[in-house]
Amino acid sequence: MNAIEITTKITNAANILNIDKWDYGASFSNDYSVQVDRGKAKQLKASQKQVITLRVWNKKNLVGITTTSDLSEIGIKKALEQAYIASEFGNKNEFTDFSPLAKDPIQVKEVDKKNPLGIKKLLNILRKAESQLIDSHEAIKSIPYNGLSESFFERIYANSDGAFRNHSKSQAALYLYARAEEKNKKPRSSGSVKIGYGVEDIDIESCIKEAFQKTVAHLDYSSIKTGKYLVCLSPDAFLTLINAFSSIFNARSVIDGVSLSNKNSIGDLISIPALNIYDDGLNDKNISSAPFDGEGTPTKKLSIINKGVLENFLHSESTAKIFNTKPTGHAGLGSKVSVSPDWLVVERSNECSELNVSLDHENYKGEFVYIEELNAIHAGVKSSQGSFSLPFDGWLYKNGEKCSIEAATVAGDIKYLLKNIINIENKEELTTTGISPHIWINELSITGDE
Amino acid sequence: MVSSSIKSSEIRFGECNKQLLEEVIFYGISLGADFVELFIENSDNSSVLAEEDFITSVSPSFGKGAGIRIFKDKRDGFVSTNDLSKHGLMRSVSQAIEMLDISKKTNNSIFDGLKILKDYSKPKMNWLKEVPTINEVSEKLLLSTKTLKKDKKVVVRKGSYSRNWQEVIIASSDGTYATDIRLHQTVGLNVIANDAQYRSNGSKRFGSHGIPNEFRLWDQEKAANEVYESSMNMLYADYVQAGQMPVVLANKFGGVIFHEACGHLLETTQIERGTTPFSNKLNEKIAHKAVTAIDEGLSEGSFGSLSIDDEGMEPEKSILIKDGILKKFISDRAGELRTGHKRTGSGRRQNYSFAAASRMRNTYIAKGEYTKEELINSISDGLYCKSMGGGSVGATGQFNFAVEEGYLIKNGKLTKPVKGATLIGDAKEVMPKISMCGNDLELAPGFCGSVSGSVNVTVGQPHIKVDSITVGGR
Repeated sequence: MNAIEITTKITNAANILNIDKWDYGASFSNDYSVQVDRGKAKQLKASQKQVITLRVWNKKNLVGITTTSDLSEIGIKKALEQAYIASEFGNKNEFTDFSPLAKDPIQVKEVDKKNPLGIKKLLNILRKAESQLIDSHEAIKSIPYNGLSESFFERIYANSDGAFRNHSKSQAALYLYARAEEKNKKPRSSGSVKIGYGVEDIDIESCIKEAFQKTVAHLDYSSIKTGKYLVCLSPDAFLTLINAFSSIFNARSVIDGVSLSNKNSIGDLISIPALNIYDDGLNDKNISSAPFDGEGTPTKKLSIINKGVLENFLHSESTAKIFNTKPTGHAGLGSKVSVSPDWLVVERSNECSELNVSLDHENYKGEFVYIEELNAIHAGVKSSQGSFSLPFDGWLYKNGEKCSIEAATVAGDIKYLLKNIINIENKEELTTTGISPHIWINELSITGDE
Repeated sequence: MVSSSIKSSEIRFGECNKQLLEEVIFYGISLGADFVELFIENSDNSSVLAEEDFITSVSPSFGKGAGIRIFKDKRDGFVSTNDLSKHGLMRSVSQAIEMLDISKKTNNSIFDGLKILKDYSKPKMNWLKEVPTINEVSEKLLLSTKTLKKDKKVVVRKGSYSRNWQEVIIASSDGTYATDIRLHQTVGLNVIANDAQYRSNGSKRFGSHGIPNEFRLWDQEKAANEVYESSMNMLYADYVQAGQMPVVLANKFGGVIFHEACGHLLETTQIERGTTPFSNKLNEKIAHKAVTAIDEGLSEGSFGSLSIDDEGMEPEKSILIKDGILKKFISDRAGELRTGHKRTGSGRRQNYSFAAASRMRNTYIAKGEYTKEELINSISDGLYCKSMGGGSVGATGQFNFAVEEGYLIKNGKLTKPVKGATLIGDAKEVMPKISMCGNDLELAPGFCGSVSGSVNVTVGQPHIKVDSITVGGR
């Protein structure tokens, strides 16, 4: 079924049911993935999915919503009927409408849509990568978490007012997480993830090299004494934290009372003035970019923190209306319209005179903890309170020498962290979730085994 | 013999699909598959959200689909599709066969047709009609958020309800042919309290399986009071000081630690991956003798209970650890094939788009002989974890869990509340340190995310004492 056919089906069913106002978001996908276990195919998987989320407005302008994967005429009619019933319970305090930007032009990145390689080729590539990684060091016994996948999908947004957008693309991902063990030592694990528009875009060698380097580097470990440390966050770790606390700049969270910000926070200084953060879903390097959000609003670049000042919130149609502004292209259709960032870019602003630029993770000779990757975000972040307590993979640096930390957690407060950044390194690095330089924090609590 | 005529060219729920299923399975076997399994699902879900004094979302959702799994030797190919026509199912079988690179018939498998239908759904046909209406749910949720409005410090009040109804047909080339209906209902309450720079959260979730009337019986006032008290107790709490210390973990959801830190390591998927330290420890001591741990799918109404697993097998009660000795692993079909551990009725999946895997059901530490007070009295300086949050376990067995509501223990007595605590350790080291189990076993519902998606589970334990564990804090 294609975008036109499904829109026609919904239009016809809505006419029969006398539903004048509706919109929908759809996702059609074909995914193929492989996993291997020491040279043998383990699980080979293919899936074909069609899911639509329908909203209807009743005569009182209240909205009801339904999701269905049954795209038969009967299935769509049932979904519309159920959404109409649900609309009787629509939120009377917050009227939702079509996005005023749902017909505005969208920017579609010129990217080649790749053709599927097929399971056999995926399997051969992954087998080779697994073997290469196992052979790279005698302590690496297995790659327990591995996978190579390719996906081909189409997203659609349309409404009864004539808005219609669709966008199709391909995406591939490779992940290799090795497990290494040496005699009389605890097992260690680390890995790498790479994504591309197609498998041929993925730098497989660099994924293997990175997984090898990270895993082997952690083989010689020691425990760390509990205390306060100077901390350098990798680009990936800093972006993980910012994303975990994105409720700070999320208008939905502000309205719902679960954000550290309030309706008057725009203009507040929330970090050191040397920090800029913007959301840039259409960035050339964002493989997962989409030209429009769940409400059909075009994706655009948006400044969030400029020279330390909170400059904008992310908005859906309804939150934008409350704040008397325009939607920003960050809405997701769900039981309640959600708001979330696309692709965060962190950079040093030009007000950086107070930074301690001598702090450079490659050359600094003093003692510091380098946090490479933060784990268990869902469990250790209390976004409404601003606190975090997270296990991490990292190293303790002393006199230019580094030693892997056996097991430790880092704890702190996001407001404190943003205001106690003491250096933002010059070089920005690309990660799977955005772009950021290394960020240094004056003092964070680390809990170790000692 | 496989039936020769096809009555219907599409799967129809509530009707006999035997001939169509047989033809699809026979097609897979004839192409060289060792084993063919079809899991076909029809779902009807609904959720309601109350915020402050208003219903802000009512959201029904529906789905239909099939998951087709083919085994060849020890490999498996899995294809999922929304297309339930004969053509769609056959195409998926072909795709799985092609993925496994089965180019000619090289198997010795014989498919003798499906056995007589085991219809577990019959007594459950009216469940969907018997669940509360949206009006009933809305009224009760609003009552609960109203009950939470006790204090101007309570700044966010939320109540949420979700109902998941699932009808499944399971058919496979060993003759398995079964249908079942599952019904899960959950209700959750959340508050945020705020006073100047102080902020705290309180939350609680309740859930059941197979009891349409359960939500009507739910004591919303008691639940709201508990959530409110928890948030108030923690509002002015200091951050806990990090270090090694003895802890007492409360019953009910305290069992999440055993679930995450040890339970997952007893699933055969972990043996296959080589990520459990217990793979060769069967009949060896892996825990303190005070510990007996069980996984079962049988407790009536419990969130992780089931009539059959997602591979058509009735669940068994598995004693995983008896007096500290490892007795059994949790196994599914692939686990049995690849590790030799017999299936335990634990093949589970979120829905048709996931292949089943060995997963926990109702998992708990059995009760011991001590009272909660005796456990606390035995500690001079430690932490009481009254309420646990989420957690995770890494690829090397290292776990960490957030403590939602914690109190310091000084000289055998509970003292001030503390926040920001995280329990850190690994199962191999912590299991021998569970030295005392209370006599107050209780279960709590939860959702477990893993290789085959998110499934409903129950965790549980009595109060337990861990002699020493790393507590992360400030």
